Amino acid sequence: MADTGMGASVKRKEDQRFITGKGQYTDDINRPGQTWAVFVRSPHAHANLKGIDASAALASTGCLAVYTGADLAKDKVGNLICGWMIHSKDGSPMKAGPHPALAQGKVRYVGDHVAVVIAETLAQARDAAEKVNVDYEVLPAAVDPATTQNPGQPQVHAEAPNNTVYQWHLGDKAKTDAAFAAAKHVTKLDLTNNRLVPNAIEPRAAIGEYDQGQESFTLWTTSQNPHVTRLVLAAFIGLAPEHKLRVIAPDVGGGFGSKIFIYAEETVCLWASRKVGRPVKWVADRTESFLSDAHGRDHVTTAELAVDGDGKILALRVKTKANLGGYLSTFASSVPTYLYAPLLSGQYDIGAIYCEVDGVYTNTTPVDAYRGAGRPEATFVVERLVEVAARETGRDPAEFRRQNFIKSFPHATPVIMTYDAGDYAACLDKALELADVKGLAARKAASAKNGKKRGLGYSAYIEACGIAPSQAVGSLGAGVGLWESAEVRVNPTGSVEVLTGSHSHGQGHETTFAQLVSQRLGIPIEQITVVHGDTDKVQFGMGTYGSRSGAVGMSAIYHAIDKVIVKAKKVAGFVLEVPEPTVDFKDGIFSSTATNKTLTFPEVALQAYIAHKFSGQQLEPGLKEGAFFDPTNFTFPSGVHICELEIDPETGATTIDKWTAVDDFGTLVNPMIVEGQVHGGIAQGVGQALLEGAVYDKEGQLLTASYMDYCMPRAADLPSYQVAMLGTPCPSNPLGIKGCGEAGAIAAPAAVMNAITDALGHEQIAMPATPLAVWRAAQKAPAKMAAE
Amino acid sequence: MYAFDYHRPSSLADAAKLLAGNSEAKLLAGGHTLIPTMKQRLANPPVLVDLGRVPELRGIQKSGSTLTIGAMTTHDEVAKSADVRSAIPGLCDVAAAIGDPHVRNRGTIGGSIANNDPAADYPAALLALGATIGTNKREIKADDFFKGLFSTALGDGEIITRISFPVPAKFAYMKFANPASRYALVGVAVAQTGGAARVAVTGAGSNGVFRHKAMETALGKGWSAQSLAGVATPASDMMSDMHGDGAYRAHLVGVLARRAVAKAG
Repeated sequence: MADTGMGASVKRKEDQRFITGKGQYTDDINRPGQTWAVFVRSPHAHANLKGIDASAALASTGCLAVYTGADLAKDKVGNLICGWMIHSKDGSPMKAGPHPALAQGKVRYVGDHVAVVIAETLAQARDAAEKVNVDYEVLPAAVDPATTQNPGQPQVHAEAPNNTVYQWHLGDKAKTDAAFAAAKHVTKLDLTNNRLVPNAIEPRAAIGEYDQGQESFTLWTTSQNPHVTRLVLAAFIGLAPEHKLRVIAPDVGGGFGSKIFIYAEETVCLWASRKVGRPVKWVADRTESFLSDAHGRDHVTTAELAVDGDGKILALRVKTKANLGGYLSTFASSVPTYLYAPLLSGQYDIGAIYCEVDGVYTNTTPVDAYRGAGRPEATFVVERLVEVAARETGRDPAEFRRQNFIKSFPHATPVIMTYDAGDYAACLDKALELADVKGLAARKAASAKNGKKRGLGYSAYIEACGIAPSQAVGSLGAGVGLWESAEVRVNPTGSVEVLTGSHSHGQGHETTFAQLVSQRLGIPIEQITVVHGDTDKVQFGMGTYGSRSGAVGMSAIYHAIDKVIVKAKKVAGFVLEVPEPTVDFKDGIFSSTATNKTLTFPEVALQAYIAHKFSGQQLEPGLKEGAFFDPTNFTFPSGVHICELEIDPETGATTIDKWTAVDDFGTLVNPMIVEGQVHGGIAQGVGQALLEGAVYDKEGQLLTASYMDYCMPRAADLPSYQVAMLGTPCPSNPLGIKGCGEAGAIAAPAAVMNAITDALGHEQIAMPATPLAVWRAAQKAPAKMAAE
Repeated sequence: MYAFDYHRPSSLADAAKLLAGNSEAKLLAGGHTLIPTMKQRLANPPVLVDLGRVPELRGIQKSGSTLTIGAMTTHDEVAKSADVRSAIPGLCDVAAAIGDPHVRNRGTIGGSIANNDPAADYPAALLALGATIGTNKREIKADDFFKGLFSTALGDGEIITRISFPVPAKFAYMKFANPASRYALVGVAVAQTGGAARVAVTGAGSNGVFRHKAMETALGKGWSAQSLAGVATPASDMMSDMHGDGAYRAHLVGVLARRAVAKAG
């Protein structure tokens, strides 16, 4: 069974249907009597809604209804929620304005939902939407997170004076300030973490349907967490009782976090389906995706690192303004706080850390979790600072890191986390070897001879995955627990259905989860089906994000399998007519020291269901077990990435020449899939560093609202990666898994920018380092590095 | 997309007749600009005349010192044509650098120059090579054809049929692609034909594709990259956007011109 068990690079079971066009995405589903929804969106970043005249739209061919925020209010539909309460340093709760699914009185970003038009066909809905006449009183917009809190700026929500949602902090300010006062050297950087647009291949979509006979709703939607969607729609927005609402997230084509959230569109489709008495379908076009999918990152940060005369890092001080956009999206408040600052210790033993974060409103698209969610921002701060501190103090960046690495575990940082396992020096050593850092000087000289500038940059990242211990996140303000559920249903023929609360939207769970079952039950992988994404099939689950599905989701399956094996051994004992404690189960075979007879797993499964060999008093028939797994700690994947690149100073073009990634993900389930996650993550991180950036003008118009201006990474922008993995098993889950889904996106931006600044000889460049930005920076003289 | 009438004539005469009979009719070639614009509801032509089945508009011929390419020849056909490769190899490179394989297999040379996008590649090549644009009514010199942003000398009812190129002694095109769109942020075509040097720039000029007369003069004195050293390109004549301001584009014109001359040999 080794060829399909844990650690085998099994080809993905789901790919046959995906690559032959047989997937079933929300847009592939059409319901009898279906109607189409088109949203009228605000063309202004900030405006009062003086009036909405839908009469011409309603008279348009095929138009069935036009609804506005007033209709939502009349039906007492609840507002969209932000599910994580953050308290400011003065103890006050965060100040959030209401977030109605259709605007009420005011619009707060370009793309904000003003009205929904429902018609017989999509074309008719579009025609009618053009005829909705909206009277806007355009207001000045607050767009820039760096200035939105200034006096005199337009106010996004009356509830949040000075556009300030919270002023949060973490760490020991006095201890940190004292360490800085005593430091021999302080490195200070102003850093921008550029705003990104998620760009999942599949745009968001929803179909709402109301069954009058059953008085129940069904929602098909592009979700990473259908049960959370159901919970929020039922308990907070109040559209239906939880048991009268089925949420189905069928095949989902990528999310990167953007499909975690509960958006206006699915809320409105579900609500409207009852009003029009027919299913209502909406599919985003790409422009809508740019305007209305929650964006990522968007931090403005000042960061300082204190170092003593021996090169020991003493303290870290960070002040960040985090742009939250025009409304608080579902988990927006947590991303720049508890998903960010607790990672600021990086891989380093730092005595004191203090971080202040202002969460601010602007008239821009809401910002929320995007691949890495807070952890890329933290890694970028730490790894840029460490690299520059090494340069400024005349130290080798690799050896400066090694000197300051945490070397014994468990290690409690000054910012909440207790790292459980890792071997940071081992990853660094391997990376130095694979990247041939020794040969760098010769390669730099060769580039210089060709008029090019070569640079090398490190990123020694850490992340907190496997989110998360429910009690711990509850104490930090989370509105939900972050355990995961599993149910293992063994059929009488011995085939198995695994029901999981995780959700695969590209990760390959149908393969990796089946590998675990195949190994533990000793049955072929073809005999296993993984079921997810339907609240009528899976009882409850928390979904997939934060690289949690292996560490948390598979651990739940592991525990459910434990229970199946316990029960199956009892069945086998009766069938073999031996005492149950003598029954052993290995590689799919039940045996006993008390007999030379054996049973296969399918034979025992059949006996469990026909129940001829034991009575009802002795044992319940059947073979089906479930488990909820709540982790005892976060997991801490880590690694070292090294980027080597060449700049053409004449054009500003940057070519990545070599990429070395040495990662510690703990136990690997499927190395091929893990490597794919690393590749994709690096591509996204390189995208952030070199190519991607959402740009608003001062009126709040999104200038990068299409692929003509928003640059996604292409294969030709990326080198062939050298990827290696060194595993220290994770002690806080039974499988030793740490998680790998976000690592590349977390590690890559700092590695790229450290390489670019190495090539340029100064730090005066921000992400994205486009050709224009690099060309401008290349005009500047190299900085003078202070010698110790 | 709004509703429209669609015609697919099978001869040039029929196409011309349809166009003459519908003053608001638009010609459809590869459709790589027109169809997306219609889908975004930014264009609303009531009538489309699809040139895809007009045989007179296809084909590549080389005769003597002239290369002729039919207007409906796709970029991919030009990129892979042995006739083009033997006559003007650099023109294969121009076609091969347009868009991506999907675009190259649908987009046509006639469609590209009729649209005259200020960042398109072909207009620079045609201008540098001194090409002649043939229509169903007349012949137009490239110098007279391109009239600024998205504007050409084509009149009502006029259909581009073919483009004729005198075979040059030297030709090369260097493109610095906009990282997002892969259109030319700056593209420079250089040619030497009959002893005369021509330099055309796309992607950069605030009024679209243009001939760089100062560079032509410099190259006329001596065909080498060094001849271009110190030849100015005024930044004030350049387009400016988030991908490149005027100073950057003006600088790139110089860099790419030198590299194109070096590549042309």
